[in-house]
Amino acid sequence: MEVLNKNKKAVASRFILLGLILLVLGMTFGLIGSFQYIIPGFAKHILSFEQVRPLHVSSVVFWIISGAIGAMFTYLQEYNNKAIFSTLLLKIQFYLFLSTFTLICISYLMSVFGGREYWEFPPILGIPMLISWVLLIINFFKSLRTLQHQPVYIWMWLTGVIFFLITFLESYLWLSPFFRNYIIKDITIQWKSYGSMVGSWNMLIYGSSLFCLEKISGNKKYGHSKIAFLLYFTGLFNLMFNWGHHIYTLPTHHYVKHISYFVSMTELFIIGRIIYLWKSSLTEAQKYFHILSYRFIVAADIWVFLTLLLAILMSIPGINVYTHGTHITVAHTMGATIGINTFLLLAFGFDILYKGKHHQQYARLPFWILNGSLFIFWISLIIAGILKARWQMDTHQIPFSSMMIQLRPFFILFTISGTALLISISYFVYLIMRNYLSNKK
Amino acid sequence: MNFEKNKIIITIGLFIIFTFYSIILYTSVYKNDQSTNDTNHDGKLIWQKYNCGACHQIYGLGGYLGPDLTNEYAKRSEAFIIAFIKNGNNTMPQFDLTDQELHSLMQFLKLLDSSGSSDPRTFKINTNGSIEQE
Repeated sequence: MEVLNKNKKAVASRFILLGLILLVLGMTFGLIGSFQYIIPGFAKHILSFEQVRPLHVSSVVFWIISGAIGAMFTYLQEYNNKAIFSTLLLKIQFYLFLSTFTLICISYLMSVFGGREYWEFPPILGIPMLISWVLLIINFFKSLRTLQHQPVYIWMWLTGVIFFLITFLESYLWLSPFFRNYIIKDITIQWKSYGSMVGSWNMLIYGSSLFCLEKISGNKKYGHSKIAFLLYFTGLFNLMFNWGHHIYTLPTHHYVKHISYFVSMTELFIIGRIIYLWKSSLTEAQKYFHILSYRFIVAADIWVFLTLLLAILMSIPGINVYTHGTHITVAHTMGATIGINTFLLLAFGFDILYKGKHHQQYARLPFWILNGSLFIFWISLIIAGILKARWQMDTHQIPFSSMMIQLRPFFILFTISGTALLISISYFVYLIMRNYLSNKK
Repeated sequence: MNFEKNKIIITIGLFIIFTFYSIILYTSVYKNDQSTNDTNHDGKLIWQKYNCGACHQIYGLGGYLGPDLTNEYAKRSEAFIIAFIKNGNNTMPQFDLTDQELHSLMQFLKLLDSSGSSDPRTFKINTNGSIEQE
């Protein structure tokens, strides 16, 4: 392996830079989509909702994956204090990733769809993504010498890269008539793969988060501790078996639901630990709060608590029967993708790309606007979800369109808070980009 | 040393259980899950081709702009659904499907309806938090 230098690290940073652009793009598509909720037919002849939604989802999913790859490879190099096995492979992977995303956007704009949730692009475009991930795995394994006595974040990255490959392949099993020809089996396997896939990219991001915290605090003990591994195995257990809460109302096997219900409840242990450590976390937060990347990690911690609490409640079948198919599910997704994944990835962005001192006076207000608007966004979705849940359970249902009109005030609220979210996130993306580009010169 | 060994054993153990669980789910027969024929199979692909799932749900999974269509076939006539697809409304664009595509899509919606009910009102909640469909 080559000695680590600035140029070698820069290749991994490209993934984060690309991700930041995709984040702003994805949120812009999301905002267009929200306008289509409050102004029926808004821009439907130019960019109708069945185009906007996949553009939004794919941009954001690619932001999360791209950012996670960039952070993982940068931190892996810092951990090894050596360049990764092959920067050439990483470059090829980057251009494969970028060109695939471009083709995906073109296919959506031309209304050419594969029509599956998350991966709404034609299945042929899954091939370059698969090749790109295989290159990543080669690079990762060749850069790791051994698994013996490695800290927990190495285990988390390893889990993330392997399970993303497994679940990605599993999400394409529908191409075989053996799965596709059966509606219930197809939906069961589809959500089995998606549930675990989200768990796999969470492993990549949380692993980097632990590395980043270790770097800021200088405490290297936690990564090797028993509690860290206990939490990791709880996460792995949930990644493998808790996906059934997506399909409680599907007439699939009963044991899928019982297993998922039981496994999901083990997450109470994580919630319990967050509450137990609340006071010491607060003291720690005050110590490092001036560091912008740490500030984002603290905010993500609060969102972990809120999102996990909502997720555990939604994992109780008796509650899920009310929340399923409502905007409460969207609130949970937004809390996880923005409040946790995006905040952590922004923390890595500041840590990796931002050089010199952070200008706190310029970041304080946007930081609070970002968190405040996300909270309003989240609450408005939860209230819209509660109203829809009440409608779903009503014995004398009014028409769907009338129910949607009743939800409109909350759609307006999430559009306004979504606009504030987009502006504040764009500001942080601008801060990182400007600093990175000026240092590059 | 034991700690290192235990980590490997737990990981391998979990992975073996995960693999068996996956194989069972891949190969088992699902209740009420009839195999598609050529027509309704084409209908399923048409559902995907026009990305209907961006706005509509099947068993509560999919988009939120339009209604869940799992049991729409039982609630409305074919003529109504076809007219809706052809003409659209304020929110939904018009879709220019061929007669053959419309026929296949209707057959898919019919099969979907026969697979079960997505209506949450049909579930009974037990005291332990689990649910059963009545």
